[in-house]
Amino acid sequence: MDKPKTLKDRLTSLIFGDYMILLPALILVVIWTVVAPNFMTYSNWMNLLRQVSLIAILAAGMFFPMLTGAIDLGLGSVVGITGIVFAKLLVDYQMNTLLAAILTVLLGAAIGAAAGILITKFGVPSFIATLGVQFIGRGMCYVITNSYPVSGLPDSIAWFGRGYLSVGGTDLIPWPVVFMFIVFAVVAFITTKTKFGRFVYTVGGNEEAAYLSGINSQAIRTSVFAICDGIGALVAVILVSRLNSGQPQGGTGWEFKAVIASVMGGASLSGGKGNAIGVALGAIFVGVLENGMTLLNISSYHQQVVQGVVLILAIMFDVYKNRRLAEAK
Amino acid sequence: MNRGEVILDIKNITKTFPGVKALTDVSFQVKKGSVHALVGENGAGKSTLIKVLTGVYKADGGGFLFKGEEAHVTKPLEAQKLGLSVVHQELKLSETLTVAENIFLGRPFMTKAHLVDWKKLREEARKLLDSLNVDLDVNREVFRLSIAQKQIVEICKAMSFQSDLLIMDEPSATLTDKELDCLFHIIDILKKQGVTIVYISHRMEEIFRIADTVTILRDGTHVATMGVEEVDRPKLISMMVGREIGDEYPKLESEIGDIALEVKNLSTKKLLHDVSFHVRHGEIVGFSGLVGAGRTETVRAVFGADKRTGGEIFIDGKQVRIQSVIDAVKHKIALAPEDRKQQGLVLIHSINYNTSIVNLDQVCTGGFLDAKKEKALAQKYIDMLATATPSTEQEVRLLSGGNQQKVVLSKWLAVDSDILFFDEPTRGIDVGAKAEIYKLMCRLAQQGKAVVMISSDLPELIGICDRIYIMREGTISGCVERADFSQERVMEYAVS
Repeated sequence: MDKPKTLKDRLTSLIFGDYMILLPALILVVIWTVVAPNFMTYSNWMNLLRQVSLIAILAAGMFFPMLTGAIDLGLGSVVGITGIVFAKLLVDYQMNTLLAAILTVLLGAAIGAAAGILITKFGVPSFIATLGVQFIGRGMCYVITNSYPVSGLPDSIAWFGRGYLSVGGTDLIPWPVVFMFIVFAVVAFITTKTKFGRFVYTVGGNEEAAYLSGINSQAIRTSVFAICDGIGALVAVILVSRLNSGQPQGGTGWEFKAVIASVMGGASLSGGKGNAIGVALGAIFVGVLENGMTLLNISSYHQQVVQGVVLILAIMFDVYKNRRLAEAK
Repeated sequence: MNRGEVILDIKNITKTFPGVKALTDVSFQVKKGSVHALVGENGAGKSTLIKVLTGVYKADGGGFLFKGEEAHVTKPLEAQKLGLSVVHQELKLSETLTVAENIFLGRPFMTKAHLVDWKKLREEARKLLDSLNVDLDVNREVFRLSIAQKQIVEICKAMSFQSDLLIMDEPSATLTDKELDCLFHIIDILKKQGVTIVYISHRMEEIFRIADTVTILRDGTHVATMGVEEVDRPKLISMMVGREIGDEYPKLESEIGDIALEVKNLSTKKLLHDVSFHVRHGEIVGFSGLVGAGRTETVRAVFGADKRTGGEIFIDGKQVRIQSVIDAVKHKIALAPEDRKQQGLVLIHSINYNTSIVNLDQVCTGGFLDAKKEKALAQKYIDMLATATPSTEQEVRLLSGGNQQKVVLSKWLAVDSDILFFDEPTRGIDVGAKAEIYKLMCRLAQQGKAVVMISSDLPELIGICDRIYIMREGTISGCVERADFSQERVMEYAVS
């Protein structure tokens, strides 16, 4: 709006706007600070961010198919299989780390592109195509490794999963957290400043209108899966370093964690809405929630229950928000 | 109760929504056995009034008598049981069920063994259809029916409640003229059976054809209720819009130049064969014909949206290859599609996004999107087309139909299109906004652009076009020049 904002407008936009997760996140931070004495410490925050970083990067990837109204159910398995391939390239073929990482990301993108082609050219519903990828990918993990982890990785890969960005000899920020910020900066740029990003929003907002405006909607719908799974492979590379092995069960169920983070951050399940910074905040919100509960010695079983409740509350709020908008007409 | 008595007596109904007074003290009477037209611009309160009458909304003040008794309805089913039914504009049928099942939806006949009595269900449905003189298979699934046939099913459904009063909400919006004749025939039959019809329409000629009485609403208030013989068309329109809108069809003459677009022997796999036509610079060419005759298909095939199996396209005398929408855009062809909400706009996005989408390069700086440029572009066309909106950030779903159509037009004007196809550009748009769309089309023609308008509204084609092609069964069956325009002439080609 061009008009100067009143306090009420500002409040409305804080609660219902693009960054609506911010307010509940801040409230949660305040609560944890009060009830969990170790929460507001530098080392805890770095720990928290490192724990959240991989899921957050995955959420940035998942954000692309979600913008077109689809969910990539194969993402967790892609993390698994590309992690195995990355580890094997290093261990069995003694490949240069950077080259291996690049090949791994390309493999992830290729898997995503294949799923995208199944969806756009062969008309397989995205739910089914990516569920297929989930099963095939996970199965391949066990087939290739005989269900044993791939170990014996060189020490040279330790830094980007386990290391810290240090300045003047002091460990400052864990590298995965640095990668998380870089990925979000890039994704935010792509989605807001590039033509491609706008095409993704348009196809997600109304595919028929996009097609009749001269947008190659099939190419867009294919590429979002390639990007998503390419980012999944990037996560796999960091995960292999972090665990110092290629785990056949790596990334299991992570696609849903990524969806939860995105939805918390305001990405719409029906496509065309949401923004990258919101998704990052959503992922951090989930991390803060988990971290505080862990500090308070709440068991992981209870934590799961709470997360489910919070997810449902978030969607209920989203539905309420949309209804409110529809009635404001 | 005898004919001529008052069946519906609306008394001082008031309904307020947060920030909007939708109905203010509306009172009028509907006589039994009459066809009572209800007219007004979009937002005049017609829909709200119907919703109050059928119990969807609760009135803040006032009420109504139905068949002489105070009526208290809190939901549509209660209204139906009283004998007051609505045939909605957007038909509410279950597509995969049969005609008979839909008519008695939720109220099946039961056998003694408490199973559905299919035989009785079909018989009763058959009887209803027979009573309206309609030949329709009761076992047919509804998705196989034409829109007109679906409407008949809706009417039968309403009649199965022994309705005394039937409200028809813009029944003609999606019908062709021939189907409309059929609908009017049914209305006649219903009238003879003593059923009262409240008929809502934007089309003036229909009101004068079938209505006995007309009520005009404007801005939620009752303007007048009078016999149709007491009023003429211009007077009715000025009462609806509250001002003189001047000419209903403000045709501006423009200089007609060389052929801009020529299509030869266009055909598609399904429907079209040997479609040949041309449009000149500065010309507005109409496409008439029944729904399903291939008008929309022709435009989509030329636009590269659907595959062609044959045919040649020439632009300014040169043959061009158009295999996709992207090619069409390159050759400066534009399409404002039939269903602007589903096909023309991204409703959840802003005017900014919708205006720039055909060519994002125009809002880029150094290869990246520039929000300032984008806003300036959107603002330029808001000003040029006088689009009513609080800002360029407004989501287009919140705009009125006429303003949405302007946003569709903006996105094509922004890329300087030379050949513009408009598919049913005024459908569902009220009288005042319609005239504005006509003016815009005329102005585009004056700038030397070639304009093609598909419409099922013959008076509008006759009012605006320089030439009208008529399509029938997938091909062009005739062409009438402006000098020879008459409804009869055009209809002859469309049906014979």
